[in-house]
Amino acid sequence: MAAVVRERTGTEAVTPSRHHPNGARTKRKGFQSRRSRTLFLLMLPGLGYFLVFHYGALAGNVIAFKDYVPFDGIWGSPWVGLGNFQRMFQDAEFWDAVLNTLWIAVLQIVFYFPVPLALALLLHTLTWSTVRRFVQSVAYLPHFISWVIVVALFQQVLGDTGMLNGYLGDAGLSTVDIIGNPDAFKPLTVAQVIWKDAGWGTIIFLAALSQVDEQQYEAAAIDGAGPWRRFWHVTLPAIRPVIVLLLIMRLGDILSVGFEQMLLQRDAVGPEAAEIIDTFVYYQGIVGGDYGFAAAAGLFKGVIGALLVYAANKVAHRLGEQGVYK
Amino acid sequence: MSASARPAWMEKPRPTTQAAKAVALVVVVLLVCVPFLVILSTSLASPKEVVDNGGWVLWPTEPTTQAYRDIFEGGIVTHALGVSAGVTVVGTLFSLFCTVTLAYALSRPGVFGGRPVLLLVLFTFLFPPGIIPSFLLVKELGLLDSYGSLIFPVLINVFNLVVMRGFFQSIPEELYEAARLDGAGDWRVLWSVVLPLSKAALAVVGLFYAVAYWNSWFYASLYLESDHWPLQQVLRTYVVAGSGLTDAATSEGTVNAPQTVQMAVLVIATVPILLIYPFLQKYFTKGVLTGAIKS
Repeated sequence: MAAVVRERTGTEAVTPSRHHPNGARTKRKGFQSRRSRTLFLLMLPGLGYFLVFHYGALAGNVIAFKDYVPFDGIWGSPWVGLGNFQRMFQDAEFWDAVLNTLWIAVLQIVFYFPVPLALALLLHTLTWSTVRRFVQSVAYLPHFISWVIVVALFQQVLGDTGMLNGYLGDAGLSTVDIIGNPDAFKPLTVAQVIWKDAGWGTIIFLAALSQVDEQQYEAAAIDGAGPWRRFWHVTLPAIRPVIVLLLIMRLGDILSVGFEQMLLQRDAVGPEAAEIIDTFVYYQGIVGGDYGFAAAAGLFKGVIGALLVYAANKVAHRLGEQGVYK
Repeated sequence: MSASARPAWMEKPRPTTQAAKAVALVVVVLLVCVPFLVILSTSLASPKEVVDNGGWVLWPTEPTTQAYRDIFEGGIVTHALGVSAGVTVVGTLFSLFCTVTLAYALSRPGVFGGRPVLLLVLFTFLFPPGIIPSFLLVKELGLLDSYGSLIFPVLINVFNLVVMRGFFQSIPEELYEAARLDGAGDWRVLWSVVLPLSKAALAVVGLFYAVAYWNSWFYASLYLESDHWPLQQVLRTYVVAGSGLTDAATSEGTVNAPQTVQMAVLVIATVPILLIYPFLQKYFTKGVLTGAIKS
């Protein structure tokens, strides 16, 4: 430490010599090593966090190969090899959870994915920027609302004592059974995702749309292309890379559908409708105390998920897009 | 873009198209706003009016703040509000400090170990550790039932780190050179040159952290005893569950809180987000995020 301080005062004292090319180089070299040391120190808190809470936790996945007994601890519990995985592969409830996860993900891709795109195209055509900015502000807002509140809001609007059924009842129509109904659960979760994130999802499309050269539109218009042809031949080709990239990345992330969202509503509709891989892990491990088995299911999802994301990224590169991991 | 600037080459839009767009926009705005209006109105209505109307009110006939006064007389919600506020403030400060220092170090060329550390960090994005190992780690570290369990396991968000690092990298190299020539060490450069230039990025990342801490409930349900719960977890147990979603609350005795009180808790949990939202919004338009997302 003392050396560092002396070095610093030294640098300040001989500042004029810095204008000399040689002097500057030697000073800079000393400077570099001190810089490196300070920067390394700056890195430590964050690095420590990742080492402990990510890599430390990651190492805890060894219990997937053990019969974890809390009393014996992670290292004292007996090894069971691939026993947990064998049990998992034979567990019908696990495969139901996998199917539910994939089914909900597919529903989201089909019904959620186009919504932010459509909304972005609509917002982009607005020439009155005050209105545009207002609608954007309103549409982004639900992204910042917690899942607890979103689920409560949906109960209040669509529940059996909610607003929608109130109006239907007043109008003499039959009421609809949406909240707590296992059959309606999957579409309901997609509706919730649309409400919460469709507005926020427009950001990336709007950014892509704003990159389109205005002159292309002008040239197309002068050549006689109407709004639809301009959309088809100018707008769409310009944003196609973003659409393809987002779609591929979503496919890579297909094993993840909102954990908090499902956990909040699983008990109301039952595991047949709402169990996804993440909630399966939670209920087997945290609630059921079968830690090794649950960790095996979690590890299975982690490995397959990472491979899928990696593959999606490769496909994106192959198609000439810039992936998330360079 | 100035207000209502239609370029000369663009044809005048047809009235039907205009009308369709207007309808679509109004629908979007109503879909977002009406649910909020319903909970606010119901929280301000009298319990009798809510019951007479079947559980909700769109516009209270005789507004009253009784539900809020009941809540702030003390008890679970008041305490939970304090917990949420404390965790949000302390957590955001810790998170910002660790994110800024790591992002700054990783943004400067030639740091010892910079490249491996960056890869180490980005890999966690690809492979999260999983619920069970994280839970056991928190248990082994003795963090169970401490407020630290809500902060330390989620101290740095990789996305926020990447945003921050990208911002630091966009600061012209000449400014660093100039500061160095003036004899400033790295702490000085960070504190007196970089941070004052990074207010927008600090605001966005700080607000993201604050929103995440405020909205978090799962870790509280996992790690904390119920008398230490933050607001969102209380809300989950008494409002979401109280309306028949889960049976976790039945032993707690607060299940039959009037609908007006339940809605008032919802409003209280939402208001801080609404209050900071305009500030967040201000910075989206500056392109801090769009730039980061694209990279």
